[in-house]
Amino acid sequence: MMPTAIIGQAATAALRHPLDGTVAEFVWLLPLLPLVGAIINGALALWCTESVVRRDRARPLVSIVAVGMLASAFGLAVAMFLAMRSQATIELPFVRTYAEWMPVGTLHVAWGAQLDQLSALMILVVTGVGTLIHIFSIGYMKADPGFARFFAYLNLFVAFMLVLVLGSSYPVLFVGWEGVGLCSYLLIGFWFSDARNAEAGKKAFVVNRLGDFGFLAAMFLIWTRVHTLDFVGAHAALSSMSGTPVLLAIALLLFLGCAGKSAQLPLYVWLPDAMAGPTPVSALIHAATMVTAGVYLVARAAPVFAGAPQASLLVTAVGAMTALFAATIALRQWDIKKVLAYSTISQLGYMFMAVGSGAYAAGVFHLVTHAFFKALLFLGAGSVIHALHAAYHHTHRDEDAQDLSNMGGLYRVMPWTAVAMMLATLAIVGVPPLAGFFSKDAILSAVFLRAQGSPLASSALLGVPGRVVLYAAYAVGLITALLTAVYMMRVMMLAFFGANRTGAAERDALHEAPPIMTGPVLVLGLLTVAGGWLNLPSLLRLGPSELLEHWLDPVTGASARLLSGAGELPHGTESALIAIAVGVGVLGIAVAIALFRRPISDKTHAPTETGLAALLASGYRIDDGINAIIVRPLQWLAATGLARGVDAAVNRLFSASGTLLGRAAERSGDQLQDGDVGKYAWFVAAGALAILAALTLA
Amino acid sequence: MIAESLIVSAILFAIGVIGVLTRRNAIILFMCVELMLNAVNLSFVALAKMHGVTGHVFVVMVMTVAAAEAALGLAIVISVFRHFGTVDLSAIRQLRG
Repeated sequence: MMPTAIIGQAATAALRHPLDGTVAEFVWLLPLLPLVGAIINGALALWCTESVVRRDRARPLVSIVAVGMLASAFGLAVAMFLAMRSQATIELPFVRTYAEWMPVGTLHVAWGAQLDQLSALMILVVTGVGTLIHIFSIGYMKADPGFARFFAYLNLFVAFMLVLVLGSSYPVLFVGWEGVGLCSYLLIGFWFSDARNAEAGKKAFVVNRLGDFGFLAAMFLIWTRVHTLDFVGAHAALSSMSGTPVLLAIALLLFLGCAGKSAQLPLYVWLPDAMAGPTPVSALIHAATMVTAGVYLVARAAPVFAGAPQASLLVTAVGAMTALFAATIALRQWDIKKVLAYSTISQLGYMFMAVGSGAYAAGVFHLVTHAFFKALLFLGAGSVIHALHAAYHHTHRDEDAQDLSNMGGLYRVMPWTAVAMMLATLAIVGVPPLAGFFSKDAILSAVFLRAQGSPLASSALLGVPGRVVLYAAYAVGLITALLTAVYMMRVMMLAFFGANRTGAAERDALHEAPPIMTGPVLVLGLLTVAGGWLNLPSLLRLGPSELLEHWLDPVTGASARLLSGAGELPHGTESALIAIAVGVGVLGIAVAIALFRRPISDKTHAPTETGLAALLASGYRIDDGINAIIVRPLQWLAATGLARGVDAAVNRLFSASGTLLGRAAERSGDQLQDGDVGKYAWFVAAGALAILAALTLA
Repeated sequence: MIAESLIVSAILFAIGVIGVLTRRNAIILFMCVELMLNAVNLSFVALAKMHGVTGHVFVVMVMTVAAAEAALGLAIVISVFRHFGTVDLSAIRQLRG
């Protein structure tokens, strides 16, 4: 009786959704647009290989197709967002199923799209920031022979990213998940003729496999328990299993996937190496969109995590540890992109802290603002690298264009880039009223609030009370905020202020990036300033408060309340928390200015470091450790154990018997065995045909 | 539907066989073998409509084995290329009896 009633109710609700007949019906078109762009650009890339003339002729068309497809997708996303805004309330997700994918026994997986408040926000970020980065790339990649190939990959990436955020079931999400992984691999190794870049791509792929194993196992478990993998159906069924060990296992396995994709401990090792790709790739894939997929997945699977408080606590703990760990490494990096990479890992840690503690809106809020200011930082770094590279190219000197010790005083030649990057730095540090201030504050006060009393605080992680975990996470978050201010201000001081260290001959060749590159950077600068408006704290009374919180309520609100209760911080406490957070940030800036005002010795590479500094510069020597413990033993096993051991033994065995057996066979088979594999294939085919004929005729 | 699927499968398989018999580039040969494997997969899936999920299970098996085989085979092709400087099989006749 009950199940029929529920199904009937759901059916009528699905029949009359407020978005029926609106622009939301075109949700299928969204991933298709960049996919078409990828196909066209891929064809153009094949057409213009090895021909410089064709390459030059194809360039405008490639740019128009790539940016045009993205811009139309953004327009469509905006239209959908407005359509959703015009409805009073949308409680249920808008789901459309297009075709059956895997009808196997009782397993039915369909190609379906799901548009709800969370995916609407994600498609806006992906297509919006994506469009800006595509425009920037036109300038950045202008002289690259792989121009068309680059945009084919980049379009394909966006297509898969949209599949990821729009999929209506775990398997469809997984298609996007693996697709963006593939594009990430292709783009990290974009300059594959340098073996190091190809290695970096491979590393990203292999490390992500570890996480994907968790994701797959989670899907298997969900299916064996509830026999559906659609978000709507599976989450409804799973929420009745809250507190069971199975749900805990599902949540933990899902989080393993998230940790791989979003570079959390211990699977973060691939992201710093991923900086081998072109800088716009780092901005789009390894800062703004793909690496946040893990955060998105935790928010998407909020009902699962809400039913397993221990898993949620683990997410918070891992996020906090990663945030601190990566921030310490960022303090001592000399490659400007490495600093930003570790910074991204650290900021992703913040996001996981938030979604782990049930503050889904705060986590997603930081995801959005981080997409703005980190994309800006990467694009700005791209402009700087571009300028240095051109200067060194001009004088034919082989110097590292990404090395901070080759920069300095760049604000004089690149004022626009400097101003925009300064804004982003202040945002990531959390200086009001920039976007990062509001999102970081939202996370820290949410964690603090949960620590004071919530169902999450009353549960325990491996015997440690949730309260302790949450207070520790808050403290770690504050320390990380201090370190963030120090390492980001260090980058600004070393790159833009002080004396220039690029070289006397190169100094005159340094120039500001062309408008096609500074344009997107400045737009991102605007977003960095204004992004906080998305979710103003109600305390400050600056305007409409907590827009994002209300917007996401139909998706994650119930789960959030399950974990965090309904408490609110007293205004006095909240003001104090804000004051502490801002104070810590300002302190960090002051420390960095005091430390790095002294000019570093001219042109000498990273002053030979010792002790703790060297340990930090090498990222705690984790890569060396992994090489020593896992990689090298495996290589030894393959080269020595298997090749020289087993293979050689087999060879000896057969060549020994071959002396007796082979001699006899040699005479008889001499004519047949002439070493031409093709002839052997004919024999095999003829034999198979003969057997088949004998069987059918008999 | 089943008949059509089986016909497509047969065509794919034949293309694969002809490729293996006539082409001499190791990579192309390799792709033709994959084509044959997948032609068989297609008929497995088609016949699973009639005979239950066993066909699907076999497809997953075949895919797993094919993946392992591809890894091994490509490794062999790479070392053949390193050794002989070519992947043209008619030029590699070291096993002449």
